Amino acid sequence: MITHHCRIVNKTIIVDGVVLFHSDAASLDDFLLDAYKALKIDYPKFYKMDNLSKAGFLAAEMLLKKSPALKYAGEKISLVLANAHASLDTDMKYAQASQSVPSPALFVYTLANIVAGEICIRHKIKGENAFFVSETFDAALFESYVSMIPADHLCLAGWVDVMGKHHDVFLYLQDNASPGKPHRASTLNELYKKEYGTVNG
Amino acid sequence: MEQLMANLKRQIIEALNLKHLKPEDIGDDQPLFVEGLGLDSIDALELIVLLQQQYGIKMANPQDGPKVFKSVKTIAEFIQANKAAA
Repeated sequence: MITHHCRIVNKTIIVDGVVLFHSDAASLDDFLLDAYKALKIDYPKFYKMDNLSKAGFLAAEMLLKKSPALKYAGEKISLVLANAHASLDTDMKYAQASQSVPSPALFVYTLANIVAGEICIRHKIKGENAFFVSETFDAALFESYVSMIPADHLCLAGWVDVMGKHHDVFLYLQDNASPGKPHRASTLNELYKKEYGTVNG
Repeated sequence: MEQLMANLKRQIIEALNLKHLKPEDIGDDQPLFVEGLGLDSIDALELIVLLQQQYGIKMANPQDGPKVFKSVKTIAEFIQANKAAA
């Protein structure tokens, strides 16, 4: 069952259809920092993350604090993520920085699945994880892949895409032990497109 | 020395993305790693880059890292010693 979902788009964080935070910040960097402060999260490593990791981290934070995640051992929480731009946003920044001296702090974020690692470290998640790259949000992929996760696992899944100003996040929790919406591609598409059918440029 | 340490604190905050800190939050003798500011191995690499970019100093022996990067004061002493030697 889909128990909770979080959308981050147009500099707005929406959890289960309710707007939790919005900022008119000039840049995505500023928006993510504003959100971190406004949501009173205490995790200094956030400042060091790239924007992809920050966006995924914020959405995961919103969901896992709403969920009875603590009843699951870390080994029984899984993660399935996907996006369109992989880590290209940071890859380009790293390439630019490398014209003088390469930055180790940027280099460590030049892989798309680092966002998964950051979420796992924060929430002590040790279960299965996978990261896919596809041109657009592929609800059918999530329906089929997440259904292969063992039934007694909590699964954090969804889309986390960042490129320049563009940010498009849709994460959700799949939990067979709790009531929610059926985990089907049609439901996922409905939640992804609901209210925010067009994303920022 | 005081000015050098003040500059170093600003540069460390900028280079290591410690935007939650102000220079005055970092003590001269405060440990930078683990129990202090909580820096990690990637931060150590960034500090090596900082020394190279800002002060033109290359660490000849990486084994010296833990001693040099113990605190802002030890980094400042390392810079002074190596600038004087140059």
